[in-house]
Amino acid sequence: MKTIRGIGASPGIAIGPAYRFHRVDLHVDTRSVHDVDAEFARFYQALEHAEGQLRLVHEKARREAGAEQAAIFEAQLEMLRDPELLGETQAAIRDQRLNAEAAWWSTVERFAAILEEMESEYFRARAADIRDVGRRVLRILKGITEEPMQLTEPVVILAQDLSPSDTVGLDKSLVLGFCTAGGGETSHTAILARSLGLPAVVAAGPEVLQIPSGTQVILDGVEGLLIVEPDEQAAKVFVQRREALTKLREQAFAHCKEPAVTLDGHRVEVVANIGNVQGAFTALEHGAEGVGLLRTEFLYLERSTLPDEEEQYQAYRAILEVFGQQPVVLRTLDIGGDKELAYMELPKEENPFLGVRGIRLCLVHPELFYPQIRAALRAGVGYNLKLMFPMIATLDEVRAAKRIVEACREELRRDGKPVADNIEIGIMVEVPSAAVMAEHFAREVDFFSIGTNDLTQYTLAADRANAQLADLISAFSPAVLILIDQVIQAAHRHGKWVGLCGELAGEPLGIPILLGLGLDEFSMNPSAIPLAKQIIRSLSLTQCQELAREVLTLESAQAVKERVRERFPFLTLS
Amino acid sequence: MVEAKVLIKNKVGLHARPASLFVQTANKFKSAITAIHGERKANAKSILSVLTLGADQGAELILQAEGEDAEEAVQALVSLIESNFGEAE
Repeated sequence: MKTIRGIGASPGIAIGPAYRFHRVDLHVDTRSVHDVDAEFARFYQALEHAEGQLRLVHEKARREAGAEQAAIFEAQLEMLRDPELLGETQAAIRDQRLNAEAAWWSTVERFAAILEEMESEYFRARAADIRDVGRRVLRILKGITEEPMQLTEPVVILAQDLSPSDTVGLDKSLVLGFCTAGGGETSHTAILARSLGLPAVVAAGPEVLQIPSGTQVILDGVEGLLIVEPDEQAAKVFVQRREALTKLREQAFAHCKEPAVTLDGHRVEVVANIGNVQGAFTALEHGAEGVGLLRTEFLYLERSTLPDEEEQYQAYRAILEVFGQQPVVLRTLDIGGDKELAYMELPKEENPFLGVRGIRLCLVHPELFYPQIRAALRAGVGYNLKLMFPMIATLDEVRAAKRIVEACREELRRDGKPVADNIEIGIMVEVPSAAVMAEHFAREVDFFSIGTNDLTQYTLAADRANAQLADLISAFSPAVLILIDQVIQAAHRHGKWVGLCGELAGEPLGIPILLGLGLDEFSMNPSAIPLAKQIIRSLSLTQCQELAREVLTLESAQAVKERVRERFPFLTLS
Repeated sequence: MVEAKVLIKNKVGLHARPASLFVQTANKFKSAITAIHGERKANAKSILSVLTLGADQGAELILQAEGEDAEEAVQALVSLIESNFGEAE
């Protein structure tokens, strides 16, 4: 038995035989051709064929994997028609008398190499795309059928990394999980696994590639482990865990539309973090009682012009319609120097996470902020919309933002447009200064939403994207929990409510602590809602309050988690 | 042949969204259009080719067009670049 450690990128447990995925070896032979016209004809036929395949794949991805995955194939279709790519290949066939395979591949590689050298991730992603297209055409030219993965039994797929073309033809009903040697939490494999609800471990290192197909493995997407040839003992433990987990999830899903009330009758709200209208539907299916965090960045990224008020109005309206009278908390634009917007020059900053982002950016760019506020005030008419500002550090910022909301309201009234009147206004509590000064902020706003992901990274001064600091950065850190406690206490003293929209809200071990601290609203990714509600229903508020008092006195995140496990052993299951 | 010189002023340069806008605009015209940056030449109708120009902020680009609508093509591309690709200031 051997255990390989990686990063858990999608939760769940898979047990079964490994399937080692190799890309078909597309060795390119270089030949000299005599009949140039015939070679051209072969090449064009292959392109046509590839275009047909890509259209099908695009359609399939659109149906099964959503717009984001489909967009990748759309970009690949564009490349297939790129005049330079085709022109250079033709020239190589004509002038150097190269066979189509060699001419095509050397052109593809030339462009891919240039793009790969560039600094930004945007170009490296284009390099991967052009190679993916390149291999497709090459396979056709060489008469190798697609469908590289022909699965005959349920397997755990092991690979260096998987591209969209590798996975689109995959029979997902025969996939138990994915483990990749490379990749990260945002790689294609990780995103795909999460959308399919399958476990995945990424960045597990080259050892993964030494495991032959057929080897029995256990994949633990929660802890990020791949156990190779498990002994009987380990196998037994994991089979039990998997079964308990499946049962728990099924049960949870069956009851997901019911309210989250503790054993002793305390009800809390369980709502969703979403970023677009598709997310709204998923959230509703999973039992969300509203939206605790509507990220609005989707309207601003990946486009060439600033979204205007009307477009935003329509987008917000579409989401509000899904939820009817249930609350939807809209977070105003939260971006900074780490994002590239084609229509705006955001200065490069040395520390974008400590730079001009969130409300700081919006207050200096009225052309960003006003249309968004106006759109929100208009869209909220007849619905339960709330507004929330991100990255608030000082009282002046909230006051300035509130003045802008008032100014927009006045403007709209003057224009004779209907405006939502009693919109609650809140702030994200993610900068430690806002948590420390919560008492003052509670007088200024209607609610708080604690963003534990950022609050943790700012409190511990540890970049959450830095893998070396993974041990340091835990929302279970007593320092963070003490801040959360203070925020909730301060808000409640002023009759205001508090939500939490970081990962902690949906973490089985975090839920009893937050309940005990008096949190009113738990906001999380839609897929985490059924289980979170089930957990809340199996806890009692008084027990959680005891637990909360205890953990606030502990010394480390590790000790906090251990204490929760001791008190509520059933939570370890999930 | 119509030729014009234009300075890239937007921050990201002729990459990402601005590059695809540039190529989309070029493709609206029949003329053959070349973009030149220093030693490098690109077919303005090819996204791959334009990306490899590496035209960052401050790059001076020469646009050349040959064909029936050459004048309009160069005009359209110059105004696109001069408007900073519609970016807000």
